[in-house]
Amino acid sequence: MNLSEKAEEILEALWVAVEEEGQLFLDPDSMAFAPDDPAYKELTTHALIEIRQGMIYVRPEGREVGKVTIRRHRLAERLMMDVLNIRGDEGEYKACQFEHLLNEGADVKVCTMLNHPSTCPHGKPIPPGACCDEARAQGDLGIVPLTEFKSGQEGEIAYIQTEDNKKMQKLMAMGVLPGNKITLVQSFPSYIFRVGYSEFAIDTNLAREIFVRK
Amino acid sequence: MATSSDQQNNAMQGKDAVKRVALVGNPNVGKSVLFNALTGAYVTVSNYPGTSVEVSRGNAIIQGESWQVIDTPGMYSIHTITEEERVAREILLNETPDVVLHVLDARNLERMLAMTIQLIEADLPVILVVNIMDEAERMGLSINLELLQQRLGIPVIAAATARKRGLDEIRNAVAAYRRGSANSFSYSRLLEQDIAQVTQHMSGSYIMSPKSLALLLLQQDEEVTALFKEWDRDGYAALAEKVRQITFERRESFHLDLSLERKDIVRKLIKDVVVAPEKRVVTLGERISTLAVRPLTGVPLLLIVLYFGLYKFVGEFGAGTVVDLLEKQLFEARFNPWITTVIRHLIPWEIIQELFVGEYGIITLGVRYAVGIILPIVATFFIFFSFLEDTGYFPRLALMVDRLFKFIGLSGRAVIPMVLGFGCDTMATMVTRTLETTRERIIATLLLALAIPCSAQLGVIIGLLAQAQGALLVWGGCMLLLFIFVGILAAKVMPGEAPMFYMELPPMRLPQLGNVLTKTYTRMQWYFMEILPLFILASVLLWLGKVTGFFEKMINAMTPVMASIGLPRETAVAFIFGFFRRDYGAAGLYDLQSKGLMNARQLTVAAVTLTLFIPCVAQFLVMKNERGWKTASAIGIFVSLFAYASGYLLNQLLLLTGILA
Repeated sequence: MNLSEKAEEILEALWVAVEEEGQLFLDPDSMAFAPDDPAYKELTTHALIEIRQGMIYVRPEGREVGKVTIRRHRLAERLMMDVLNIRGDEGEYKACQFEHLLNEGADVKVCTMLNHPSTCPHGKPIPPGACCDEARAQGDLGIVPLTEFKSGQEGEIAYIQTEDNKKMQKLMAMGVLPGNKITLVQSFPSYIFRVGYSEFAIDTNLAREIFVRK
Repeated sequence: MATSSDQQNNAMQGKDAVKRVALVGNPNVGKSVLFNALTGAYVTVSNYPGTSVEVSRGNAIIQGESWQVIDTPGMYSIHTITEEERVAREILLNETPDVVLHVLDARNLERMLAMTIQLIEADLPVILVVNIMDEAERMGLSINLELLQQRLGIPVIAAATARKRGLDEIRNAVAAYRRGSANSFSYSRLLEQDIAQVTQHMSGSYIMSPKSLALLLLQQDEEVTALFKEWDRDGYAALAEKVRQITFERRESFHLDLSLERKDIVRKLIKDVVVAPEKRVVTLGERISTLAVRPLTGVPLLLIVLYFGLYKFVGEFGAGTVVDLLEKQLFEARFNPWITTVIRHLIPWEIIQELFVGEYGIITLGVRYAVGIILPIVATFFIFFSFLEDTGYFPRLALMVDRLFKFIGLSGRAVIPMVLGFGCDTMATMVTRTLETTRERIIATLLLALAIPCSAQLGVIIGLLAQAQGALLVWGGCMLLLFIFVGILAAKVMPGEAPMFYMELPPMRLPQLGNVLTKTYTRMQWYFMEILPLFILASVLLWLGKVTGFFEKMINAMTPVMASIGLPRETAVAFIFGFFRRDYGAAGLYDLQSKGLMNARQLTVAAVTLTLFIPCVAQFLVMKNERGWKTASAIGIFVSLFAYASGYLLNQLLLLTGILA
């Protein structure tokens, strides 16, 4: 089902009010749209909400759709902040526009790329999707910085994330290349890892920039 | 420079007909060992990456022909990042060697072959030496080098140069080398297209292939870019524009893409060449290594090493037993009285007699200090240091202290010059160039000049202070505190970002006695070449000073300064000595103490002040060479003032608290 942007926003507001703030209904006056906006009609036709005595109530079907919508919104926020580095009001505004694109599987892709985040940048929970549950069931940590590995743990280098080009080249020259097998030998007082038959010692800052997949 | 490379070859060979072979490769793969074996010369080799920081040259006769052999510092790639790497690539860019021996570590064939590809691609005359085969075999790796040779199209030789394996094969290959048909390796269509777009703007013919130069330009190699500016004055603008365009298009991940493409080429190359055992073989060295890098076992191990190595061997044996034997038994009791009688017979003039055998005589003072006191201490220290170096322990020490060193603005890497500084600060100041940033180099230079006593000084001071209860502890505590204090201060004051730490850990190995001794011997030789003339010069100057009365005036002038930090006027002599050599100054204190002129407090204050005091002439000259006049002078002035202030404060503190009274 494809809802209009306005309808999605109403549904989100309703979901937050009911699920997170414990209210029974939402007052349409608190919304930015006029009560006779066609978006309400759209939602009632899909049997997602009902309007009784001028107040908006959520129906069980609406609860599910609301959850998915809010999940997209908060994933979009994370994407703006963590990956695109757009913060503040502008980030919020962009996230609102972007969330509507996160349908038909795009949300799963983004969620996996962000390594199944559990909260939005404001600290509110992101309702887990099927992909999150699956990852948890498999114990799949996804891609983590080397600092998250335990001593003795083996993995594969996924990517290097650094602003400093020279650092990147140095690491690559040492054999830290995506696709290579890596074993973390020790993590204190410095990180020691093994690639091939060589061992290297690096500090925490560098270890944070090497991303590995278990 | 844009002449044909053949012409250039002829021109070069016209200048000197000697053929050249250059050794290149990753750090710590045994280039210098091979250099020594080929030339019969000796450059320092050890078991840590970055031992060679300079280019060494030597001559070798290979099958009746005379060759110049060039040893280079290690480099990871021909796109250079650090200073030593640049020095190494200079050889490839400017010297047109007739043969390039690429030395690599058999255990890390896959990683290191990427550079072989680059060398072949640069159209250099490469022979591949797969070194350290013995250890690879011990780890159960089997390597089919014939297959590799076939795939690369260049000579490939198995070697274990430290075990003298493969040397004849290398010599034969060098002598028989003919430019043949090295295979060429191609990248993805897209990258090849980009390369072609750059090379079409190159007009001249160069020392390296256009393809290789194009890739270096695309990697934004500053040096190569500058060279092109010079070579292709007319065409440069168009070339630079093209390079700019492509680097912008591929800004996201050019370096990564290139590395991955090379990795892919190498992966295909070594398929079926290297067969690794199912289960990793854990060698004894690896077990010891684990002990050395875990804090729980590593710290006690360090203490044991320091106790037996530094305290027992260098301190008690070198500075105690041997100094006693040489200085007291040999010089004071036998040699000096004898030579004094001889000189007095030979030379009738008292003033000239004084020059040789007087209070500051060249023989009775200069030679006695150099041979009787300094030699045993420095020799034992260098034996200890060389042994430790060859085990591969230092990189492990570096990673253990990295966290702590970050507080003083250094990375763990700086532990090597710091430890070496306990041997000879002059040598250590030279080694600071292996540090990554200028900021780190300056901080390390400062700390070496200030708070790290060299072995000779250390030996004398330990011997000196051991006799007064608690004095050694006060001195040690002061040094440590000041080291930390100045380090933290320097890190705060100096602009720049925190250093990063990365280091390859070489395998732990049992040192070869021969190498430890040869290395100690060459270090001693270097040291003596440097110090003996200075000792003699100092003797002459002091004699002159005494004869002319200038010296007396200087001591008089310094007396109030000495008095202000509670020292007798005679200590001024030791401080004047200190200008010439740090250890010389300490040895001067030793003399005063044996005459019973100083109490425990005075000894300690003098020792602390003298340790901090300005570096010796040689160290100052190296500081000037490495860091420039301005920095060197600034450090010199700071250190002198700081030494005086510390001496003053310490004296007041000791007087006030009554410690050491």
